[in-house]
Amino acid sequence: MKITAMTIFVDDQQKALDFYTNVLGFVPIANVPLGEHSWITVASPEAPDATQISLEPKDHPAVTPFTDALVGDGIPWTSFGVDDVQTEYERLVERGVVFTQPPTNAGPVTIAVFDDTVGNLIQIAGMNA
Amino acid sequence: MVEIFHALADGTRRAILDELAERDEQTLFEICTRLAMKHGLNSTRQAISQHLDVLEKAGLVHAEKRGRYKFHTLDTTPLAQIAQRWPPKETP
Repeated sequence: MKITAMTIFVDDQQKALDFYTNVLGFVPIANVPLGEHSWITVASPEAPDATQISLEPKDHPAVTPFTDALVGDGIPWTSFGVDDVQTEYERLVERGVVFTQPPTNAGPVTIAVFDDTVGNLIQIAGMNA
Repeated sequence: MVEIFHALADGTRRAILDELAERDEQTLFEICTRLAMKHGLNSTRQAISQHLDVLEKAGLVHAEKRGRYKFHTLDTTPLAQIAQRWPPKETP
């Protein structure tokens, strides 16, 4: 069994695809219309054959209250690995990304948390040298 | 004034104030991360949330909802009451 795709619930699938590809720099993999919504996945350009992220619509009524509560407390939905958090932070801020938490030393790693504009906070983490 | 002393009587709450003194506008997540990493405090997120309520009641922390997230900020103004009640003696 392999982990082929992980889910992120998003407010708007097209807006999410735009942010995750054009702002974060992931590459689009699947985009299959399925009635009202689509099966849309992206992957890291550094590992396009590895785990994909499925940008899932929030069509169940339980999802929005849940994700809103996490965002309210500043809790990231998931974490992506980067080589250097400070460099990535500066690159994303330049592209207009809003951070709820600037690079913070957390012992073995440095972390930062940003808003993905479609209803989630995402953590980036990099090992400290 | 009772609320201030009650709030300050707890080590975890004092550590929260230390962290907010270092950087304002922190989310609950950031406060929990800092307490765990820098102070070795492994309280639950719910416990930290309750500590923040006590600090808010004492007026030492303000929670402000901005956009979708809630940020916490330190306010040391209430501490002035302590020095007002027991001012330092003037040296002759």
